[in-house]
Amino acid sequence: MSRYTLATSIFNRFTGVALSLGLLLLVYWLMAVAAGPLSFARAARLLSMPLAKALYAALIVAFCYHLIAGIRHLVWDTGRGLERRQAHFSAWLVIVASLLLTLIIAWCAWFAGLRS
Amino acid sequence: MSLRSPIGRVLGLGSAKEGVQHWWLQRLTSVALVPLSIWFAVSLLTLPSLDHATVRAWMSQSSTALLLIVFVVVAAWHSKLGVQVVVEDYVHGAGARTLTLVSLTFVHVLLAAAGVFSVLKVALRGLS
Repeated sequence: MSRYTLATSIFNRFTGVALSLGLLLLVYWLMAVAAGPLSFARAARLLSMPLAKALYAALIVAFCYHLIAGIRHLVWDTGRGLERRQAHFSAWLVIVASLLLTLIIAWCAWFAGLRS
Repeated sequence: MSLRSPIGRVLGLGSAKEGVQHWWLQRLTSVALVPLSIWFAVSLLTLPSLDHATVRAWMSQSSTALLLIVFVVVAAWHSKLGVQVVVEDYVHGAGARTLTLVSLTFVHVLLAAAGVFSVLKVALRGLS
């Protein structure tokens, strides 16, 4: 039974480190905006390569998971939900909710991509 | 024989005295990042386009610039605290660990500063 709580905990850490790399990407993007239209166009070419798009997909998964799992941790910090059965249930809740959120964001990103 | 008194030797041993601060800041930044990151994601998804003119116009709004600056700083802070724990858990050897932690701190400060500077550069263009 503790497998679920173990897996959700280590995955929270893993996605956190992935999002730290996402921070690198965010700052690069902000710097590109500040550097002017020409530099931005160059950066945009790099940022729209297939490899970059795969990276965004991974970052969306990481963001959704880390957000939901992080909220679970904040609930735990209030002293609630720490019973074995509750933790088991919330582990599944985190997985299902983060998958749903990932689908919603991917759906929106897909249509945003079609629009522009 | 040492000149230090027994009480002098034990004072300061035991508690690291910094754990609570780290724990508290990690919670504080994570609470702040819930609305901030959702705001950022929704903003990116609802911008009509991600070309330079659109993004610059968006970043030039005071409310956007302000929230972006807070987002970058808090995200970098949260990232630094989180990565620090990972390093403390998995990097063994005092020298290697200290070197890694110092480097990661420098990188995070640099990232936060670069992000804030970029947003300000866009937002304050046309002023002065």
